[in-house]
Amino acid sequence: MEMIFLSGFSVFRPEPGMMFWALVFFLTFWFLVSKFGFRPISNYLRTREQSIQDALDEAKKARAEVENMKSENEKLLAQAAQERAVILKEAREMKEQIVSEAQDKAKDEAQKIIASAKMEIDSQKNAAIAEVRDNVGGLAIEIAEQILRKQLGSDAEQKSFIQKLVDNAKLN
Amino acid sequence: MKKIHFFKVLMLALFVSFGVVGFAQHGEEHQAEEHAGKEANSHEEEFNLAEEALAHIANANAIHVFGDFYIPLPAILYAPGHGWTTFLTSKFDAHHHGNGEKAIDHYVMKHGVIHRIADESFPYGEVNIDGFTHGKIEKDGQEKEVAYAVVDGKNYLLDEKTTLDGGMLGGGKTSYMDFSLTKGAVTMLLVLLLFFWLFRAVAKGYEKNEGKAPSGVQSLMEPVILFIRDEVAIPFIGEKKYEKYFPFLLSLFFFILGLNLIGQFPIAGNVTGNFSFTMVLAIITALYVNFSGNKNYWEHVLWMPGVPSVLKVLILTPVEILGVFIKPFTLMLRLFANIAAGHIVLVAFVGLIFIFGHSGESVGGAVGGTVMAYLLSLFMMAVELLVAFVQAFVFTLLAAAYFGAATEEAHH
Repeated sequence: MEMIFLSGFSVFRPEPGMMFWALVFFLTFWFLVSKFGFRPISNYLRTREQSIQDALDEAKKARAEVENMKSENEKLLAQAAQERAVILKEAREMKEQIVSEAQDKAKDEAQKIIASAKMEIDSQKNAAIAEVRDNVGGLAIEIAEQILRKQLGSDAEQKSFIQKLVDNAKLN
Repeated sequence: MKKIHFFKVLMLALFVSFGVVGFAQHGEEHQAEEHAGKEANSHEEEFNLAEEALAHIANANAIHVFGDFYIPLPAILYAPGHGWTTFLTSKFDAHHHGNGEKAIDHYVMKHGVIHRIADESFPYGEVNIDGFTHGKIEKDGQEKEVAYAVVDGKNYLLDEKTTLDGGMLGGGKTSYMDFSLTKGAVTMLLVLLLFFWLFRAVAKGYEKNEGKAPSGVQSLMEPVILFIRDEVAIPFIGEKKYEKYFPFLLSLFFFILGLNLIGQFPIAGNVTGNFSFTMVLAIITALYVNFSGNKNYWEHVLWMPGVPSVLKVLILTPVEILGVFIKPFTLMLRLFANIAAGHIVLVAFVGLIFIFGHSGESVGGAVGGTVMAYLLSLFMMAVELLVAFVQAFVFTLLAAAYFGAATEEAHH
């Protein structure tokens, strides 16, 4: 034990001189190196990390935006396809409608034409029949006149004929 | 990848071998001095491993580079009644083992450390001294080893510098105080300047490479800074408040780490294994923590909510108040003990050379000791490198945990 406390050995003892210099040099170190070293370094590290973080965030945001756009595009495409289908369907329906309408119309028209044609035919027929009747009547009268003229050459004959006519008329 | 690994191993091996050579050199030199001492003072001195190890981790007033070459440092001394004395320690004319050949205004240098001759009959100014000797005196009923300066055949008792332990750890108030820029202080200054330059370069790198990937020293330090931030500061203090304490935590980490690492070099000072240094760091941390304490923290310390009053008064409050002081105390002790112990073990392993060689008398023993010392020191230095990082990290981590506890919001 005595060995440790040999003269001249002062590491174990608090010396005011060493403590003074330790205080001065550590405080100076703390002040100088913090001011010109640690603080600027810490700030640079922080700004750098911030900028890296910002860049990462931005990239993430951009990616999300692209993703968003893509999905929107897809949505638009799907919508367009749907619209196309609707339009096509409508067109088809319209076509069918137009065709059926046209058919109906054509049928109506045809019927109308047929009906008017029938009417015309009827009226023509009637007119023709009337004309024929007239013609036939006249002809019959003429023929009958001539026949009568020929047969009623005598008064007796005439009288019997008239009598016959009168009889007929009476019977009627 | 394999190439880098090989390079690392090579560097480590070089580093360790330099360390061993450095220590070995010092040891040889010390041993040579012992012989010289024997002749000069006719005083029996054996190779004392404990003394050698403790002297190695001690602070000094000159930097021992190799052999008799010392880098002088400024001495700033204060003796009550005499006033301030300042000079360069080269004035002591120290050669062998940092023992000065001159006394300057009562001050002498022994083993690289300044002492003072308290005897007022001793003349002021420059005085040649013949050498140093040891003796034992009775003080407070205990035997104490003391040193004397020998001048003109007369022994003058040497005072040690004043320490603040009040005699509890063998120190106490003496006739002078030493505010010199010691080896430890210069090492701190060196680390301060080195890291100031380094982190300024890193900060400038961020300015220059804004919006680009880090390069050079910037990419070397960035993972460490981020590690302290993401694994220490944010988990313990929280995302919102960590920024206020982050520079302090980084300062703690890098100052301790720098001093731990530079302390691995044989000529540099052992600072983090010095009580005075760890005490100052622990006190600053404790003051900062407690001045940052919010209402919730003080409530938990003084009047723990949700606990019966009797328990609070009898147990919790005293324990919590004690804890406020124990926390920095453990911080201080842990760092100091780990680093000091590492250094002592390392010197002990190198000392094997001299123990096996019977202080140089047995060449075979010295060679065997060298081989053993080389392998053991290699292992120990690798462990010490790890400890340098771990202890800096642990100090920072615990400081962060204390800040976290002091600033935590109530969550009842």
